[in-house]
Amino acid sequence: MNAINHVSVKDRLKSYTRSPLSLILFLLVSLAALLTFVTLLFLIGYILIKGIPYLTPELFAWEYNSENVSMMPAIISTLIMTVLSLLIAAPLGIFAAIYLVEYAKRGNKIVNVVRITAETLSGIPSIVYGLFGMLFFVTQLKWGYSILSGAFTLAIMILPLIMRTTEEALRAVPDSYREGSFGLGAGRLRTVFRIVLPSAVPGILAGVILAVGRIVGETAALLYTSGTVAKVPDSVFSSARTLAVHMYSLSREGLNTNEAYATAVVLLLVVILINWLSGFIAKRIAKG
Amino acid sequence: MKQNSETPFAVKRNAVVETLFRILFFVAALASILAVALICIFLFANGVPAMAEIGVFDFLLGTKWAPKNVPPSFGIFPMILGSIYVTAGAIIVGVPVGILTAVFMAKFCPKWLYRFLKPAVDLLAGIPSVVYGFFGLVVLVPMVRGLSDISLIFDGNGNSIFTASLLLGIMILPTIIGISESAIRAVPDSYYEGALALGASHERSVFFAVLPAAKSGILAGVVLGIGRAIGETMAVIMVAGNQARMPAGLFKGVRTLTANIVMEMGYAADLHREALIATAVVLFVFILLINALFSVLKRRSQ
Repeated sequence: MNAINHVSVKDRLKSYTRSPLSLILFLLVSLAALLTFVTLLFLIGYILIKGIPYLTPELFAWEYNSENVSMMPAIISTLIMTVLSLLIAAPLGIFAAIYLVEYAKRGNKIVNVVRITAETLSGIPSIVYGLFGMLFFVTQLKWGYSILSGAFTLAIMILPLIMRTTEEALRAVPDSYREGSFGLGAGRLRTVFRIVLPSAVPGILAGVILAVGRIVGETAALLYTSGTVAKVPDSVFSSARTLAVHMYSLSREGLNTNEAYATAVVLLLVVILINWLSGFIAKRIAKG
Repeated sequence: MKQNSETPFAVKRNAVVETLFRILFFVAALASILAVALICIFLFANGVPAMAEIGVFDFLLGTKWAPKNVPPSFGIFPMILGSIYVTAGAIIVGVPVGILTAVFMAKFCPKWLYRFLKPAVDLLAGIPSVVYGFFGLVVLVPMVRGLSDISLIFDGNGNSIFTASLLLGIMILPTIIGISESAIRAVPDSYYEGALALGASHERSVFFAVLPAAKSGILAGVVLGIGRAIGETMAVIMVAGNQARMPAGLFKGVRTLTANIVMEMGYAADLHREALIATAVVLFVFILLINALFSVLKRRSQ
């Protein structure tokens, strides 16, 4: 037995012969969707097929030289850069969101200003962040081209993302949790750390993972803050290139296209993994 | 008795900790204000004097960028035009496909398919711009170069406004799809049902009742896409050719504002360096205007 709103293929064909415009519109949207996804599949497939054969052990040698064009130093720099940026941005972003959701009163003027500035930050192109990082961290604070300069620049860049996702996660925690906690005599701080934050962890984590994706993929903001030295960094004050910068340098020089393909494969795999993880966690939230 | 004597102290200590953390959270909330202030101060303080020295009109409307000439000339009009052309091209490529895809995902897509399409769009948004640029470099540029064998209209070496538009059009797809889809979903079902009840087909109901109601939300998505396109750097550099001259045609090379900064910042000094920072100021002002437009549209759609 069919549902009452069931439309069989035959009915649809009949209605299309009556109204060709509907058929055209249907074809248009299907074609557009097809185009979008074929483009994505082609992009990923092309890079994987061209790149995977070049993923040789030499590419992961500890030392970089122009013979092996190893991406290992870049991978290590990327890891350090990611951890450092998150160490700076995650507490700031999460605390800021706690203030906005749990402490600020309704109609607070500062909250509005914070919202507007966070929105502004999320629209600024990465090259502008890069220039600012160069002017402020590299030149003004005299940190030079260094991982530290890059990490601070990226931290500002991902701050609005972490703030927004944390805010959403905190708002999704039902008020009854807070009321119950207050009713049992807990203070505001204890309520935040013991009751609200634990239930918001998956949402916050999903945001942090997205931030990792942005850090890993960033190039323009790092070229003139952390520089392009292709060695394993000695300290946070040494210049180093992340994987994305490494890939840009390779394709720019044009001598090591095969290695650039291989680097693209690694970057793509990281991004796919990150997206999957973030989606997985989001699904867990939806299930509750 | 003993407990009683401890309580006031504990309460006092708790109050102090509460206040300390309240202040800590407040200070963290101020971080984004501080960041925007610092960015504005440092960009404007370093860029505006250069603009004054070159002359605002000579800088913005000058058609010649030759920092190594004696005397040098710093006109960024070619780059402003370049950014506008490339962005317009991206809009032409990306907006129709993006909106139609959003319509498909919101109103036509069966559930089982949606489970694959939604993560695919997220993935499209997550791919780093340098990977897009590389894809453009190894696939799109040779493809466009190949077109010149067919006809002289497509004459050029493949690094062109056309190629950059095509690539940027792909890159802004997820932005446009994401925001348009939620705008379409936010339209009350009664609009759609009302149209159906009047005898319109599914397609007509979606396109002539639901879409017009989602107009300002979709427009907000397009504006955000414009912001993404105009600020995109790495991908454009890798496919646009980057010649610092007035745009000469759809299939000729072009340099955008963002490309100008990255190409020359590495070796620029003195006024040249400051002129590049001033280029970033111009870009920044563009972005601020686009952001303002976006938030106005977003507020209207809510």
